[in-house]
Amino acid sequence: MKNPNQPALSVRAADLSLGETTLWQNLDLEVSPGELIAVIGSNGSGKSSLLKAILGQQSLTKGQIKVAGHNVHRGSRDIGYIPQHRPSEGQVPIRGRDLLRLGLDGHKFGLALPNHKNSQRINEVVERMGASEFQNQPISSLSGGQLQRLRVGQAVIGKPALLLADEPLTALDLNQQHVVGELIDQERKANQMAVLFVTHDVNPILDMVDRVLYLAKGKFKIGSPDEVLRSEVLSELYGTQVDVLRNQGRIVVVGTHDHEHHPDEEWI
Amino acid sequence: MSLNDILGRLFNFADYGQLLPLVQNSLLAGALLGLLGGFVGIFVIKRDLSFAVHGISELSFAGASIALLASIDVVVGSIAGSLTAALLIGALGAKAKDRNSIIAVLMPFGLGLGILALSMYEGRAANKFGLLTGQIVAVDEPQLLWLVGITAAVLVALAMIWRPLSFASLDPEVAAARGVPTRTLSIVFMLLLGLSVAASVQVVGALLVLSLLVTPAAAAIRITSSPALAVTLSVTFAVVSVVGGIMLAVGGGLPVSPYVTTLSFLIYLVCRFIETLRNRAKGAQ
Repeated sequence: MKNPNQPALSVRAADLSLGETTLWQNLDLEVSPGELIAVIGSNGSGKSSLLKAILGQQSLTKGQIKVAGHNVHRGSRDIGYIPQHRPSEGQVPIRGRDLLRLGLDGHKFGLALPNHKNSQRINEVVERMGASEFQNQPISSLSGGQLQRLRVGQAVIGKPALLLADEPLTALDLNQQHVVGELIDQERKANQMAVLFVTHDVNPILDMVDRVLYLAKGKFKIGSPDEVLRSEVLSELYGTQVDVLRNQGRIVVVGTHDHEHHPDEEWI
Repeated sequence: MSLNDILGRLFNFADYGQLLPLVQNSLLAGALLGLLGGFVGIFVIKRDLSFAVHGISELSFAGASIALLASIDVVVGSIAGSLTAALLIGALGAKAKDRNSIIAVLMPFGLGLGILALSMYEGRAANKFGLLTGQIVAVDEPQLLWLVGITAAVLVALAMIWRPLSFASLDPEVAAARGVPTRTLSIVFMLLLGLSVAASVQVVGALLVLSLLVTPAAAAIRITSSPALAVTLSVTFAVVSVVGGIMLAVGGGLPVSPYVTTLSFLIYLVCRFIETLRNRAKGAQ
């Protein structure tokens, strides 16, 4: 159960190397309940691997990770997870509501029999996600934004201590990016849920970010957006001249030579 | 043969009242297989395992043929073949792409082995043919017992893992993050699938297993997205196909399998037709 004094996530002296490549070294990160951390970095900098390590699906080279005070071994009910979205092919017999229900009790053995208490909780989340209109439609017929709202609902319905969201805004239009970002923000505030928000573009969520974890070249920087997203800080991190430009409240990072907007490349 | 003669052979209901009691065992076996196929088929579709069903059935055929040659119980042979195939496919082919090539590698090997064993077998020819195309009319008591046992075991196990298996089938990444043992479930389901295929091979034959374990579920998901309704329809379609097929075939003395496969195919066509009509109606709004 949630203890307000206990960090939702604590990463201590963690190293992760995949083969010859060191993704990050000596990573220390403590996330308080309700805190939202934006995880930013180049492709292959180990953002998705960090999430896998927190989920216990990727073992660390060194160090320790605890979620809500517990070691995680192959998944945890304290974690809500929104993986990068890859469109599913073909037809599956499942509707929006069913997706939410899986988040609530899909891990339990037995049949999925009707259950009053569950239905109430599902109704509540349907409403919070603004999904009343399409909750009974087959998920194959939903738009990207509608589906993503349900995936957020599925991840938060069990009131996890920590939400891991891996590029939850990619492939959405600006309006839907805003809606989905707001939903995640609303849920973390309502439930004191910590959030690790992996993104290649910090702008859509800039005003809700508490701290930024910037991963690059085997190194990292943690701090408030104003502390980390500065030319001298990122230049040092990358070891080359990087410019952080601010224009009308938006932040643009120039000179990192990243080929971004290719979520598929994250999986190397 | 004139068209009338052909029709007369296909559908012959003379002495129907006397024939029906004789095929009681087969009807019972058919109903059990329908249940099995309808329930298991839903997960075959959800987990994209249609091709695996075909691969497993060929190895089940090999096992049965070798058992026939070695004078062991054919059911034991077909279960052994099927479980071996299911485990190999489950262990080596976690990813869909790998899986398809592994199945394509195993399938001809199994079929070849089966043909070899059958060529060396010197018993009744009907036994040989039956393994490929089914022998549902000749279901005897021990076979029926096997079938009852397998059906009960598979359905009970499936009921126990229903929820996490549904979760893992729809979204393995999220399920694993929530602590669902996706890898174990996948192996367990392959075993259940292996048993179901072995049971079906006994009755409808290795070549026609797909019509019970894939077609009814594939038809059901064309017309509903409700998980509960999809299962109900899938089971209904499968039972109607087998039991209906047997009842139509009884009079003519021809093999049962073509009747079963045709019925299940027709149901599939009707479902696709309904789906198209509905989509048009939606588009017109």
